[in-house]
Amino acid sequence: MSPTPVNAVTPTFSYQFAASDCGGLRTRVREAEVTFRASGAMWLRAERTLVVADLHLEKGSSYAMRGQMLPPYDTRETLDRLEAEVAGTGAETVILLGDTFHDRKSEGRLASDDAARLRNLAGSRRLVWVIGNHDADGPQALPGETADELSVCGLTLRHEPQAGHQPGEVAGHLHPAARVRAPRGVVRRRCFVTDGERAILPAFGAYAGGLNVRDQAFAGLFVRPPLAGALGPARVRAIGWKQLTDD
Amino acid sequence: MILDEIHTLHSSKRGDLLALDLARLQQLAPNMRRVGLSATVDDPAVIQRWMGAGRDVDLVLGPPGAEPQVDILLSEGRVPWAGHTAQHAMAEVYEAIKRARIALVFVNTRFQAEFAFQELWRLNDDNLPIALHHGSLAAEQRRKVEAAMARGELRAVVCTSTLDLGIDWGDVDLVIQLASPKGASRMVQRIGRANHRLDEPSRALFVPANRFEMLECQAAREAIAENRLDGDPPRIGALDVLAQHVMGCACSEPFDMLELYEEVRTAGPYRDLTWEDFEQVVDFVSTGGYALKTYDRFRRIVPGEDGRWRVRNIATAQRHRLNVGAIVSPAVLSVRMAGRGGRGGRKIGEVEEGMLEMLDPGDTFVFAGQVWALEGVTNLDVLVRPANDRDPKMPSWGGSKFALSTYLAKRVRELMFNEEHWKVLPRDVCEWLGAQKDRSLIVGEDEMLLETFPRGQRHFLVCYPFDGRLAHTTLAMLLTRRLERAGVGPLGFVCNDYAMAIWSLKPMDGLDFDALFAQDMLGDDLEAWLDESFMMKRAFKGCAIIAGLIERRFPGEQQKTGRQITFSTDLIYDVLRRHEPDHLLLKCARADAATGLIDVARLSGLLERIQGRIRHAPLEHLSPFSVPILLEIGKERSPGGATEIMLAEAEEELIAEALTP
Repeated sequence: MSPTPVNAVTPTFSYQFAASDCGGLRTRVREAEVTFRASGAMWLRAERTLVVADLHLEKGSSYAMRGQMLPPYDTRETLDRLEAEVAGTGAETVILLGDTFHDRKSEGRLASDDAARLRNLAGSRRLVWVIGNHDADGPQALPGETADELSVCGLTLRHEPQAGHQPGEVAGHLHPAARVRAPRGVVRRRCFVTDGERAILPAFGAYAGGLNVRDQAFAGLFVRPPLAGALGPARVRAIGWKQLTDD
Repeated sequence: MILDEIHTLHSSKRGDLLALDLARLQQLAPNMRRVGLSATVDDPAVIQRWMGAGRDVDLVLGPPGAEPQVDILLSEGRVPWAGHTAQHAMAEVYEAIKRARIALVFVNTRFQAEFAFQELWRLNDDNLPIALHHGSLAAEQRRKVEAAMARGELRAVVCTSTLDLGIDWGDVDLVIQLASPKGASRMVQRIGRANHRLDEPSRALFVPANRFEMLECQAAREAIAENRLDGDPPRIGALDVLAQHVMGCACSEPFDMLELYEEVRTAGPYRDLTWEDFEQVVDFVSTGGYALKTYDRFRRIVPGEDGRWRVRNIATAQRHRLNVGAIVSPAVLSVRMAGRGGRGGRKIGEVEEGMLEMLDPGDTFVFAGQVWALEGVTNLDVLVRPANDRDPKMPSWGGSKFALSTYLAKRVRELMFNEEHWKVLPRDVCEWLGAQKDRSLIVGEDEMLLETFPRGQRHFLVCYPFDGRLAHTTLAMLLTRRLERAGVGPLGFVCNDYAMAIWSLKPMDGLDFDALFAQDMLGDDLEAWLDESFMMKRAFKGCAIIAGLIERRFPGEQQKTGRQITFSTDLIYDVLRRHEPDHLLLKCARADAATGLIDVARLSGLLERIQGRIRHAPLEHLSPFSVPILLEIGKERSPGGATEIMLAEAEEELIAEALTP
């Protein structure tokens, strides 16, 4: 059983959130206004910045190398989604929040047209590669800036959430998923998770799995029972902690 | 090579794999003879084809035994309107057990087994040794029951079909079938195995749980008396199984493609395999078989200079060998007594993952013959403690696994149509049929009755095809899509083995039913629905595992858990469907879903049969026939597509909570 986060700081805290017209969920992380989009991307309107975490490009070929021939379409599927998000928001900056590649050799296995699409992405806008644990070397031949962490709208963007109280941190790495119990059954979805102080983004990659937000790995990160933004086909649903269950 | 119980082997993926292995053996040992044995073969030609693949197979028939004696148990001469448990007749069942030497009490589901076992022990004032045997119990517990039975220590065993095999039935003198038998062959087999002395008749007792089952039991009894059995259609070998076999051949020695193709076609289920399909399977085994050729450098099997295909390296062969087999069961969890510190204690049995979705910690349920309370679920264990709840929140473990056989369904329709024939039925069932005739219709054997009536704020459409819950559920899913388009606002549906009911906002009496039930629903409508359904994802996972796309066990690991796949097959399914909808594994999954999970063949036969033969009864009130199916409303879980609504409801709760002062 994973422990329930201790409701220590503000027991009467109430989340401010609203649906945006694109199906996203608008809320605040510290002072910053953020939109959690149904694709799993976070949109910072003030800076016209799109943030996506854990693309895990070439996960399929990483398994194929070891003899499990997963369909080789995960990279283009993920890029399809990313391009649609960039076009839909008109983002001027795109931040890849780490583990963009599944392993250190992934870049070399990219199909040439997929590599061209990534170069294109950097062509007319700022592209930032935040370094993750799977892709610690950063891109070799592809364009864009590289960073361990960076600051946007007063938020600190980094790959791996740091332990303890980290106001204003936005991270990925954990691949959060929500298992929601409702009167008519159970449904499991990738999700955003935030306590208003910090946020963790869902994995954006087509083959990236999800870790239940009630898992031990999330314990101690939040100052109050967090809110989950579960991804639906066209909408992000705000789900309270009490409705989340273990796997 | 002696193949015992051959009727259980031939019509499954296990049978496909066995047939391929036999073909291989025959190649190595050309003089090998094959002998198949069975006590009940519905259609010998199907098995001869499976065994011989084009070569002659001699048929040797044993002498017929004494006629079986089949009775139907009527509790105080009455049959309940609805229900599945036959609870009303349990006292008489207990009396029948008392009079018999050893009785086997067959039921159709694990849930029914648990229920009947509980009920019998509630009545068991004489402390008769009555045991329980079903597939969810731990293997050692099942072995114990079988051993006790062999020693003659038991008077009765409540069991599902898992007991069918592997025990000596010689001393069993009574077979009790609780609820409907679903097929004449299965019944004949069970009756035939009891009482091995051929000069004495075997005895069987049918206990119908509701009125439709009464009709079914009567039809089965007559079919058995006439020795008319129902059969399976011949099977076409699955390509995911073939993929596993091809990989296995490459692991043992290099193969020539043409030679292997010829060999494979000497296996019955693959007799008609095309060269194109075979080539596609070999490509799949080698590279995954994708249109996008990026995996050529990672090939699992490679052609050598001699043109023969061999496995890439020893490690690949080793991993393949750890993952062979054609049985893919859903992930199972161990049920254990809750110990200290959240650890699991003694193992009580296993359950499928899905069952737990219906239970919350603290809920009570019946398992292994006792009532338990759920403490919690750890990674692979379900922790429980004994509970004294007399009224447990019993989970339903799915309906009957077997559909009413086509042949038996036809006999039931004949029985209903022929008023003369009703005389053999109990009085209350006759009255029920009579009332149906007065208030609605009794239709011809080759027709289908369709009733429409308003009830409450809703409008109902009920029809009675008798083609089994699976085929009816598929039909209902497809009809709801059509009714949606017709603008009548369907709200829900419920199905059982005999009938299907759909309810809607607007009346449905004015619809063109021949068009509504037209066979073209098995085209686009079926494909569109199927691709979205959870059943396809489940089927895909099974095919991916058998075909070797996904390996679950790795060298050096101690135990398989079924959960060690580090990626989700659902995500892979979604990506593959979008980027390569004609991929071999998607074809395999569609074929599996169509046969095993939704029974398209049966539905197709149904639609063909009733074309132009739908008799519509527009009614003002519900009919006598519709009562049993309407009583099932509310017992069903909502179908898979409702997850969005569930999320929306969960969200509403949070908003309500936020707005409450």
